[in-house]
Amino acid sequence: MAYSNKVIDHYENPRNVGALPKDDANVGTGLVGAPECGDVMKLQVKVNPETGVIDDAKFKTFGCGSAIASSSLATEWLKGKTVEEALAIKNTDIVEELSLPPVKIHCSVLAEDAIKAAIADYRKKRESEGAEAPALAGAQPTA
Amino acid sequence: MKLPIYMDYHATTPVDPRVVEAMLPYFTDKFGNAASRNHEFGWVAEEAVETARKQVAELIGASPKEIIFTSGATESNNLAIKGAVEMYREKGNHVITCVTEHKAVIDTCKRLEKQGCRVTYLPVAKDGRIDLDELRDAITDKTVLISIMAANNEIGVLQPIAEVGALAKEKGVLLHTDAVQAAGKVPFNVAEQKVDLVSLSAHKMYGPKGVGALYVRRRNPRVLLSEQVNGGGHERGMRSGTLNVPGIVGFGAAAALCRAEMATESERLRGLRDRLNEVLHRNLDEIFINGSMEHRLPHNLNISFAYVEGESLLMGINDVAVSSGSACTSASLEPSYVLKALGAGDDLAHSSIRFGLGRWTTEAEVEYVAEKLTSVVRRLREMSPLYEMVKEGVDLSKMQWVTH
Repeated sequence: MAYSNKVIDHYENPRNVGALPKDDANVGTGLVGAPECGDVMKLQVKVNPETGVIDDAKFKTFGCGSAIASSSLATEWLKGKTVEEALAIKNTDIVEELSLPPVKIHCSVLAEDAIKAAIADYRKKRESEGAEAPALAGAQPTA
Repeated sequence: MKLPIYMDYHATTPVDPRVVEAMLPYFTDKFGNAASRNHEFGWVAEEAVETARKQVAELIGASPKEIIFTSGATESNNLAIKGAVEMYREKGNHVITCVTEHKAVIDTCKRLEKQGCRVTYLPVAKDGRIDLDELRDAITDKTVLISIMAANNEIGVLQPIAEVGALAKEKGVLLHTDAVQAAGKVPFNVAEQKVDLVSLSAHKMYGPKGVGALYVRRRNPRVLLSEQVNGGGHERGMRSGTLNVPGIVGFGAAAALCRAEMATESERLRGLRDRLNEVLHRNLDEIFINGSMEHRLPHNLNISFAYVEGESLLMGINDVAVSSGSACTSASLEPSYVLKALGAGDDLAHSSIRFGLGRWTTEAEVEYVAEKLTSVVRRLREMSPLYEMVKEGVDLSKMQWVTH
């Protein structure tokens, strides 16, 4: 399968790979996908509580080149956006930017889900401030 | 060393230049139709075909009369299975095969099921081999055919064909084997393996694409098949159609070369394959060989690199041609059914790479591939959330994943 140059660039030089302290009250973590489906994304945002602006974003992805590129691009876009603006990012924006073929659209859907899950986790922490924050949103160990 | 490196010899092989040399006259000067019985052009073509038939027969210990030329192993598998089931309809309607067979066998069996046949798909153990007791239990008085491959195209695992053959003989059931990956690579003999029908392909043994063969036993028992392609009655009436003379000549030449060089070639490739395996295991943790290492083609290696997805791995080694069992590399978007059948879990199927070494694989290539793959796996694991979680002590099997 031929990849677009943008996908190759994100694959070879992924932006913002890494982890933020998940117990930090200002960090929201989203973990979406499943190993047996061949893709898992972990996306984290660090929000400035004063301004509501995303100061930092990190990701780690298990998946194909398009999944890696989608999450890399997502973190690039998230930085500097407010939480509200971040929630407006649509998977179709990612498809367009990376010129993803139809069989790879699910990668962009997963990236959008990861953004939403990360922000949901951040918001949950803000609501229950003071209480112990859950480690991860989207996926939890069952036992 | 020339890039890109080809390490996907199970998919296809380049035609050996000696084979090309043998084929060339049959495109131009010696272009005759082997079925033209009344002139020199036809006689020359027929003689070339008969030489090739003998060469292919010798590779598997058969008599030339038992070789039917086809367009390839897919056709051979179709002809063997459909042809036998149709011919022996009065005896029964039950076929036994295995879940890890090539699609040309599985899909043929599926078609027969739609037409009222009963098919048993034997499972495989974790090592990729069938259980002979399960096979024995599956045989009924309605069983007309057993079809079990000699060597698997993904994991290179060798099935116990001689034992299956002995059991089939004992029960009076015909045995077909898809020997596409095994023939010319490891010793394969129709008498020792007690097989009745064998599918072969030229392009997996350094011959041209578009030509294959079906061995059809003529004695003890004499196997009859219903023809699937009707026409001029070529190939003892079992496969009509003008013979692909240059292709068949190439197939014969390729078979003769494999027969002459098999012993040294397989030992050389075994050494290189083991070296590849050793370097990868030395460099990386959490990598798993798919299928038996003991009962395996000497030039095959199939490894899952846990926590890394196969297509992203291939992308990182884009100057190396290998295959992956990952869903993302398949047309069906499903991970390899062969790896799934081993019971290792879909996640490991997604993380698998198949290496197929061959006649022109060099030591330098093996070293390059091993080191390059090591660095790509390390890089991708650094960005894998699964690897991070495992290192933090999370049990991935106890996670509740949000599937999509």
